Amino acid sequence: MLEERHRQLGLTDDEYARILERLGRAPNDVELAMLSLMWSEHCGYKHSRRLLRRLPTEGPHLLLGPGENAGAVDVGGGLAVAFKVESHNHPSAVEPFQGAATGVGGILRDVFAVGARPIAVLDSLRFGEPAASERSRYLLDRAVAGIGHYGNSIGVPTVGGEIYFEHSYEQNCLVNAMCLGLAQHERLIRSAAAGPGNVVVLLGALTGRDGIGGASVLASAELVGGEGDDQDKRPSVQIGDPFSEKKLLECCLELLDRELLVSLQDLGAAGLTSAASEMASAGGVGLTIDLCQIPLREPDMEPFEIMVSESQERMLCVARPECVGALLDVCERWEVLATTIGCVTSGDRLQVTHRAHVVADLPVRVLIDDCPLYDLRPEPPSSDLYGAPSASLMGGESPAGTLLALLRSANLASRRPVFEQYDPVVQSRTVRRPDEADAAVLVLGGRGSDSTAIAVSIDGNGRRVACDPRRGAAEAVYECAANLACVGAEPLGLTNCLNFGNPEKPHVAWQLTEAVEGLAEACEALGVPVVGGNVSLYNEAPSGPIFPTPVVGMVGKLPDGARAGRLGFARAGDAIALVGPFEPSLVGSELAKLRGQAPVGELPAVDAGRLRIVHQAVRARVRSGAFRSAHDIAEGGVTVALAECCIAGGLGASVRLPNGLDPFGEAPGRAFIVSGPIEALAGFVVIGEVGGEVLAIEGVLELAVSELRDARDAGLAEWV
Amino acid sequence: MKFGIVRFPGSCDDVDALQAAARVGDAVLLWHADHDLQGVEAVIVPGGFSYGDYLRVGAIARFAPVMAEVEEFAREGGLVLGICNGFQVLCEAGLLPGALLTNVSLKFIFRQVDVEVVRGEGAFTGACEAGDRLSIPVKHTTGRFYAPEAELDRLEAAGQVLLRYAPGHNPNGSLRDIAGVSNKQGNVFGLMPHPEHAVDLLTGSADGLKIFESMRAHVEQHVLA
Amino acid sequence: MRARVLVRPKAGILDPQGQAVERALPALGFEGVRNVHVGRLIELDVDDPAALPAMCERLLTNPLIEDWEIVESASADSIGSSAGAELPEASR
Repeated sequence: MLEERHRQLGLTDDEYARILERLGRAPNDVELAMLSLMWSEHCGYKHSRRLLRRLPTEGPHLLLGPGENAGAVDVGGGLAVAFKVESHNHPSAVEPFQGAATGVGGILRDVFAVGARPIAVLDSLRFGEPAASERSRYLLDRAVAGIGHYGNSIGVPTVGGEIYFEHSYEQNCLVNAMCLGLAQHERLIRSAAAGPGNVVVLLGALTGRDGIGGASVLASAELVGGEGDDQDKRPSVQIGDPFSEKKLLECCLELLDRELLVSLQDLGAAGLTSAASEMASAGGVGLTIDLCQIPLREPDMEPFEIMVSESQERMLCVARPECVGALLDVCERWEVLATTIGCVTSGDRLQVTHRAHVVADLPVRVLIDDCPLYDLRPEPPSSDLYGAPSASLMGGESPAGTLLALLRSANLASRRPVFEQYDPVVQSRTVRRPDEADAAVLVLGGRGSDSTAIAVSIDGNGRRVACDPRRGAAEAVYECAANLACVGAEPLGLTNCLNFGNPEKPHVAWQLTEAVEGLAEACEALGVPVVGGNVSLYNEAPSGPIFPTPVVGMVGKLPDGARAGRLGFARAGDAIALVGPFEPSLVGSELAKLRGQAPVGELPAVDAGRLRIVHQAVRARVRSGAFRSAHDIAEGGVTVALAECCIAGGLGASVRLPNGLDPFGEAPGRAFIVSGPIEALAGFVVIGEVGGEVLAIEGVLELAVSELRDARDAGLAEWV
Repeated sequence: MKFGIVRFPGSCDDVDALQAAARVGDAVLLWHADHDLQGVEAVIVPGGFSYGDYLRVGAIARFAPVMAEVEEFAREGGLVLGICNGFQVLCEAGLLPGALLTNVSLKFIFRQVDVEVVRGEGAFTGACEAGDRLSIPVKHTTGRFYAPEAELDRLEAAGQVLLRYAPGHNPNGSLRDIAGVSNKQGNVFGLMPHPEHAVDLLTGSADGLKIFESMRAHVEQHVLA
Repeated sequence: MRARVLVRPKAGILDPQGQAVERALPALGFEGVRNVHVGRLIELDVDDPAALPAMCERLLTNPLIEDWEIVESASADSIGSSAGAELPEASR
């Protein structure tokens, strides 16, 4: 019965009634499949769209804002950088290699869909504890392999990222992929279809039954054969092919170079349905599509299957009729399949035909604008949501022992075993590789042009957001900005992925609302606009939601890539200073976690005005070379930061901490360890000197740099 | 002099090789489907994932139309440099001895390694001295050099091993730490490390430039003179 | 004619993939496994089976590092079956 089908497809009774009312009739099977996807949380953003309006989206450098395939900012010299972060959490939990790989594939397509050549990828990952969970070790291993496979094969460097391990993510791993692309301003293209009479062309791979999953309840009875049929016919895992996407990418960029396209859109979630609906909606036009033109991988695919297929490596474009010949020639040269499948109309309907019958005929408005938006009903949790982790430090450790335990811990240990599986140098732009500085740095021009560079960082700490969603989310923004300051970059724009539990539960709604407020406040304080982003909800296990995990990716600019900062101490004899107001606390800290403390408590307040001044001071002195090294103080506090500076520089230090400063307390995004000639550090709180082979913190600890390095190197080495 | 860099579907480091070669001479791209070497004095077969590494690395690229011209160019003594995937293609084409197998670790590895120059003479290492240490990155999954023992003995005796990974720097289990080999005549050379990613201190080391400079010096002395 | 070409690494060449599999099986409780090697299977319909050895030498395998074996089946695909009407096998 059709009524039950709507529930099987994930629509509520109210939503179905709304469809009947807006359409004026019952939808047929194909239309129901299309609507169930466009009105899903993933495509429709039903629980988050109203909340996201709180985020600031204006800025002096903004070229493309939220709503396009990717946002973009002006970086000078007629160049634009497009970027976005997206999640692929649920597919990665099912098949981590392909889930992570296709996550990278998808975000790459979003970037070249706006006309920018992808120049860098970063990834932000969350898993359960590797020591405790074989499954989490497996997910980590395969996800990293998948990201490497896709990024390396397509020739886009993976230049940065982060990984956190928390029990909270055991059932719901997170894989967020960020991509940056470069384009001349005039090459940026929008997705809005335009020009009634223009031709709609499908580019790329054949369309198969990938990702149809839930919609399979609509399969016509005759085709569903024996028991094994469903599994065989409808793979739940999308398989990515980076070679196919490499050809597609080069082809699309050449089509844009030759000005053969009116608009371009990638096919992601909900495949052809969402691409066509969004193109039509953005352009205020209609579209007709003839499914018989679509090249299929499987025989006898039903219309609804073709419309909802999530087969990878496909793009949709609109071209003027007189350009189609040249378009097909370019595609043939790149061995990319290109097929005319429809045209733009002057109406406002999306019309789909199959074997000369109209199989779907919907006003575009019903697919996009009529999707219901829900207000969240936030309520602070009445009790602590997350249990205490098991303690690995029992309390009797010396500060030296504590430092070594922190360096060895999964969240702080060296990520070298991971990033050595990624190519960070292809395209010859990378000036700072992973572990060299707090942000990746890439030069924009070729040899002979100026050395303007961009910097990028990705950050987020779910444990701290669990303690205090508003301040924890703000910290993610401040930490990204601090990372950019350490290389001498000024922030231009930000993208974010909100990874949360079930928003229909009041305590998750509260986490989401508070976190968005925190992000907004921090963005406003720094004057950094949100250019786009992504939301992943319902990351929840029977035991409860994941830590609320807003992930922030920030892009900045610096005038001279050759002067980009480094985090390691550079020269014996340099003075070391602690820069910035620093009032750390153990709430939400890594040490609190190792001591078995639940994520509860208020995080330290931020004086945003002062923070902005401090960032500017660090940025200026990194650019001038006055600071020879700069590293922000983040997880593990000042002691871990000092250890990291020693390890990266291969130099020891003798340091005296200001009175009463907690050696392991945290307050991310607002304080820095810098080094340079003593004259350059005038006006800052000098705490010591670089030199020797030992990190000596007076009255606290003394450890050989080699011992620090060994502890840090050991942490992940057994798991990866 | 003019370098030609072959571009296959799936080549990734072609533009990097083009930019590196352009520091030393002129450089053009050679499209895989064209039977045209555009009068270049040296051919570079670059790194990447030509044809998706389908079937075997380099197995399909070696039959690309342009490879007929590259093979003839090599037979006539023209300089051919194969980098990473390029090295794999040249081995498959029989222009270089041996084969490249999966890294012992079974994983892709990116690492800045030191290689030692075994012979500081000839078209590719003439600008170096024997014993020079060059810092150059490797990035590959299939970089373990293999040839039967008797063949390895022969290659070493004939001076065809031009680069070896420095002690402790072998990233992939290559036999006898071999990082790069030439053919008997010395005009074709393949190496797994990426010299085109070591031509500028801004992005790493500049040691790789010596290989391109060697090629230019050779061409100027023997071809253009 | 439906043919299958089994490709395996030449004996004597280090096979880390085979070793990895051999190490992983006991960890899952499967004992008594030795001498594991990992190769490749190529399946194709051919009009002229006599051309298969040349195809193997030229493209489908690298004879320096791989051995190959042709298994032909008169019928169309019989996945997992080793009991197709087998002609004398060609191998190297």
